Amino acid sequence: MRIGIVCPYTWDVPGGVQVHIRDLAEALIKEGHQVSVIAPAADNAPLPPYVTSVGRAVPVPFNGSVARLSFGFLSAGRVRRWVREGRFDVLHVHEPAVPSVGLLACWVARGPIVATFHASFERSRTLSVTTPVLMSALEKIAGRIAVSDAARKTLVEFIGGDAVLIPNGVAVSRYVHAEPLPGWDGGEVIGFLGRMDEPRKGLPVLLEAFALLAADRPKLRLLIAGPGDAREVLDRVPARLHDRIGLLGLVSEEDKVRAYHSVDVFCAPNLGGESFGIVLTEAMSAGAAILASDIPAFRKVLGDGQAGALFATGDAGALAREAAALLDDPHRRAKLSDEARQAVRKYDWSTVARDVLRVYETVASTAGVEEDDVP
Amino acid sequence: MTTTLIPVVAALVLLTAVYISWRAGRLDRLHIRLELARESLDAALVRRTAVALELAASRLLDPATSLVLAAAAHEARTAGPEEREHAESDLSGALRAVVDQERFRDRLADTPAGAALLEELGTAVAKVLYSRRFYNNAVGVTRTAQRRWLARTLRLAGHTAYPDFFEIDDAPPKALGVE
Repeated sequence: MRIGIVCPYTWDVPGGVQVHIRDLAEALIKEGHQVSVIAPAADNAPLPPYVTSVGRAVPVPFNGSVARLSFGFLSAGRVRRWVREGRFDVLHVHEPAVPSVGLLACWVARGPIVATFHASFERSRTLSVTTPVLMSALEKIAGRIAVSDAARKTLVEFIGGDAVLIPNGVAVSRYVHAEPLPGWDGGEVIGFLGRMDEPRKGLPVLLEAFALLAADRPKLRLLIAGPGDAREVLDRVPARLHDRIGLLGLVSEEDKVRAYHSVDVFCAPNLGGESFGIVLTEAMSAGAAILASDIPAFRKVLGDGQAGALFATGDAGALAREAAALLDDPHRRAKLSDEARQAVRKYDWSTVARDVLRVYETVASTAGVEEDDVP
Repeated sequence: MTTTLIPVVAALVLLTAVYISWRAGRLDRLHIRLELARESLDAALVRRTAVALELAASRLLDPATSLVLAAAAHEARTAGPEEREHAESDLSGALRAVVDQERFRDRLADTPAGAALLEELGTAVAKVLYSRRFYNNAVGVTRTAQRRWLARTLRLAGHTAYPDFFEIDDAPPKALGVE
């Protein structure tokens, strides 16, 4: 099949949607399909051979945060040319409700269009106000995919209609084997991965719990990987504990895998908003014993606590109690680790790509994707 | 007085005409999308029935299981438009009863022919699920568009019938790992 995939966010800036598209494209290419991805990218950014740049993206405030988006007639023209020259059997647009390349692609193309919705939110003023504007573009989408129940609920509430659920994939084999990071292969280690300065990731809850635990457990250390201001993190814990906290900052893909293998308990203290626990499935692939907050997305991925322990969201006391119980019980940790490795298989990209392909085949027609003459 | 009015009236008429033709064009597109969605739904249902029949005739199953499957698939294949939703729901139920039998999947997967049939059945069942959801989405938008005041008054939908949702139980067998 000839497949055109549209990425709304800058390719060379790490993000969940970009990683999703990269892994999907590579899984489809491995299956023998011809895949072309169009995405915003910096002028000199190194791109894989299957990615076409639509030009630089501009930072704009959108739906409560700043997103790097690509829009305007120039971008629309480039997307149009890509559609015309690609002669795709199926066009797969990601986040078509975001004012970026995805929406442009819906505008300039017609034929079998599939869209994947990633984001989930409780309230969206932007989306409810802009829905009429989006309608004529969204009406062209023949098949809709949501990556989580939360994303599907958001879609049903703000745009209407339904979608099929195909969860995010994880490249399981990338995470299975790795050496622990130097200096982190002994004692008791709790790990965290994610932006330190984004409150929804819940790092403050973990720091509070760590201060509670560290008093009784002299060997306990905390490993934190992710971008953000180190000062701000250390200010939240007593100074005497500072040398027991390792701040790695933004890590390479390789060090990230090693970090998962360096911890005794991997903690995901998110407060909500996570449409899918990509970090969680990575940790599961690495076989980490997981302790996660009890938000619906995590509960689902962890099979109601079978493949990882859950604690009351936002409750540092509960986190500390559960973490202590896990650290004291190597058998339970080993069991959780085994269950996690089992449970994560259904999220492997080979499974997910097969399901996505079934959607493509469902909407595909003989005419394929064409350039739309209107407007 | 009248000389200034003429261009204004002319412009208004022109704008109205453009608007109406734009709305009619949109409705037309929606009808095309609906037709394609209906075609792929029909194809998916036919294919599912075919795989069920093939499995029933494969000699990989015990005769009772074969009969359950063959009977349900036959009903689905021969049902008239009135009974179709019922018959297809019954086929879903039969497939669940058959495939979710204890160790059914493992035993079938042991033979190459069985593994291939399982794979095909998984695809067929998923496609029914997908195409039905896509079809019902298309029905929803088309109905809303047809109900609009302008579309009703000017009969923009022409002779196209008011589309019906296709409501069946299409829950897949758990052992197939679909959705």
